[in-house]
Amino acid sequence: MNERVAIVGVAQSRFAPRRPEVNYAELAYEVISRVLEETGLSLPGDIDNAVSCSHDIWDGQTISDIGITDVIGGHLRTEEKMAMDGSTAVFYGAAGILSGEYSCTLLLAHTKMSQTNRNIVNNVAFDPIYTRMLGFDYTSAAALQARRYLYKYGLKREDFARVVVKNLRNALLNPCAWNGREVTVSEVLSSPPVAPPIHRLDMAPDTDGAVAMILASEERARAITDRPVWILGMGTSYDAHYLGDRDLADVKALREAAARAYAMAGIRNPRRDVDLVEVGEEFSYQELLWIEGLGLCGRGEAARLTASGATAVGGSIPVNPSGGLLSGVPINVAGLNRVAEAVIQLRGEAGERQVKGAQVAVAQGHSGFCGQHQCVVVLGT
Amino acid sequence: MKRNVAIVGGGQTYHRARRHDVDQAEMVNEAVRAALKDAGMTMDEMDMVVLGNMEFFEGTHMTDCWLVHATGAYGRQGLKITTGGTVGATVVCAGAHLVASGLCDRVLCIGFEKQEEGDTGAILSGVANPLWGRSMAGAAVGYFAMMGSSYMAAWGAKEEHSAMVAVKARQNARKNKYAHLKLDITVEDVLNSRMLAWPIRMLDMCPASNGACAVILADDKTAKDRCRKPVWIRAMETAHNEQFELDWRDVKTKRPIFSKVCAGRIYGKLGVSDPKTYFDVFEIYEPATWAELVWYEDLGLCGPGEGFRLIEEGKTNIDGPIPVNPSGGVLSTNCIGASAMLRVWEAALQIRGDAGGHQVPKEVRRALTTAYGGTNWTVMIALSGALDD
Repeated sequence: MNERVAIVGVAQSRFAPRRPEVNYAELAYEVISRVLEETGLSLPGDIDNAVSCSHDIWDGQTISDIGITDVIGGHLRTEEKMAMDGSTAVFYGAAGILSGEYSCTLLLAHTKMSQTNRNIVNNVAFDPIYTRMLGFDYTSAAALQARRYLYKYGLKREDFARVVVKNLRNALLNPCAWNGREVTVSEVLSSPPVAPPIHRLDMAPDTDGAVAMILASEERARAITDRPVWILGMGTSYDAHYLGDRDLADVKALREAAARAYAMAGIRNPRRDVDLVEVGEEFSYQELLWIEGLGLCGRGEAARLTASGATAVGGSIPVNPSGGLLSGVPINVAGLNRVAEAVIQLRGEAGERQVKGAQVAVAQGHSGFCGQHQCVVVLGT
Repeated sequence: MKRNVAIVGGGQTYHRARRHDVDQAEMVNEAVRAALKDAGMTMDEMDMVVLGNMEFFEGTHMTDCWLVHATGAYGRQGLKITTGGTVGATVVCAGAHLVASGLCDRVLCIGFEKQEEGDTGAILSGVANPLWGRSMAGAAVGYFAMMGSSYMAAWGAKEEHSAMVAVKARQNARKNKYAHLKLDITVEDVLNSRMLAWPIRMLDMCPASNGACAVILADDKTAKDRCRKPVWIRAMETAHNEQFELDWRDVKTKRPIFSKVCAGRIYGKLGVSDPKTYFDVFEIYEPATWAELVWYEDLGLCGPGEGFRLIEEGKTNIDGPIPVNPSGGVLSTNCIGASAMLRVWEAALQIRGDAGGHQVPKEVRRALTTAYGGTNWTVMIALSGALDD
């Protein structure tokens, strides 16, 4: 990139299993007002573009950005909605600034999972002709992926459980997280089965919440903050839809997305050049699979890396010091929360979960089941 | 924009109420192949694919992930954008941002809708706020009924005037081989068609179409090296109205509304003082006849209250001085997710001189397109055949 785009502000709502006291516009207002306050910027004067991330089917309203047009400052102005994971808002928001059309962009991701039933919503993401009638949802699809991963590399459920133990412990140190707790590997293994090999504690819980973020051109960023976090690289990629068309233990789309982002950021050896990683693990096994896709270790080696303690907050390559999605982050918001947590680390504001000396971070988000669409963002100080 | 962006190719499907010969994927692929063929390019040359449709109109969540083989997005970079009826134009804006940013040199933009697989009226009623509006929601017809009755009361227009718009659209559609409603109708036929919600009759409304459109955007170098007739994107503007701002039903309102604000901004960017002479053709998003008359006024093609005189005098006919929707417009073809992109593609065809039977019989250098969706949103895109024009 010839020019640089900075993240100049982030705000996260209180995440909770249910937020019945707010509708999704009020939830959005909670984070938008806070990020404006943090940066000292105002709507409409300082912000010239807005991008939101959500889905009609989760929001229960057709063209659901109608519900947040007012609070995002879209009245008589521009606002565009990505019907994808929140990480893609960063990609598209940055493209708008690099194009020269905009200089300061407000990003928003919001979802209230408590409003609906995830199994029904997930089922309609399967094609209507061949696979929907089989009754798939993201969990049963993930179970197939987890099985394949276990089989291909001779792993055990204990390997997945170690991710849960680590992330829920990290979450105790994250004031935004609600699902932090001390659990043991045997507690994870003996939690109720949902879609074997996935058990209750292997899954990210239903959560309501929102994240807002402000991107700015280099010139604007310098005037707004003395602690900008720069977007060094970005990449996306699509994998196949039909599960039978893929080796589910492969991570083709993520490898492609990461390769694009690393090339842009000039990263040749991510294990050496990256200080911390935030990945979207809707299920415990995904953290292992995604860090392999990100090239932080060889294929099938992530379980050993995790068992060695390298991915803990004090390890050589901390993964999800925030506690990740297992700590309680809504779908769709997930990727923007990953980027936000990486920004907080790079600013040195992560408190007890701070990774010391963090200068380069990688955030990953995905849309669809089994990581169909992948988005990787590389950030630096 | 930091880099110039051109439309270097495009294509559309045939539009029908029923397309039982194709599923959603095959229908989208029909438009993608047409666009690649038109551009003389292959899928491997596309750096990114941007897809838009009305989210959940066909009952499928994450259509972008399902359709990867049809769109060509498999193994490629891509995004899915949804902004309601405006989405086809928003996808073009997204593609233009991606090219102008330098992140991509060639972007494939796709909009589609297979309306027969969903229930448009029911889903459009879901636009209304669940607490304050949904119990009264009447899909799109109810909104345009209020617009039409307000317009007649304010300016003294008659139902015959909206009927003239309906006739112009369907007669133009007869010249467009891709259009859906190619009806040889008269004003009398419109006035005798079934009443839906006064003053909106069956022939005053757009159809529910199945169809897809794709356009390929490229940077300067690709456009100059590879394209015989590039059409340049000169300016883009978006404006929304928030959901509780209902003044738009009062056609005499003095308050700023989305359409006038957006037009004012895009004219300002281009230095347009008289849009009806600056632009040679207009492709506007008119889901109902009355909306076209209101667009004439909001775009400044005439003064307030004079829109119905333009149609009466035939000024906006295909061979008139201000041709509006020579393609037949949304009144003849409405596959919602593609409709706003079809405006852009049809305008590009006019500039290229490739519109065939519905080519405007004069030199076309510049065109303006509008989109319409949500709770009164628009995206406007201005095109020209030469970068220095």
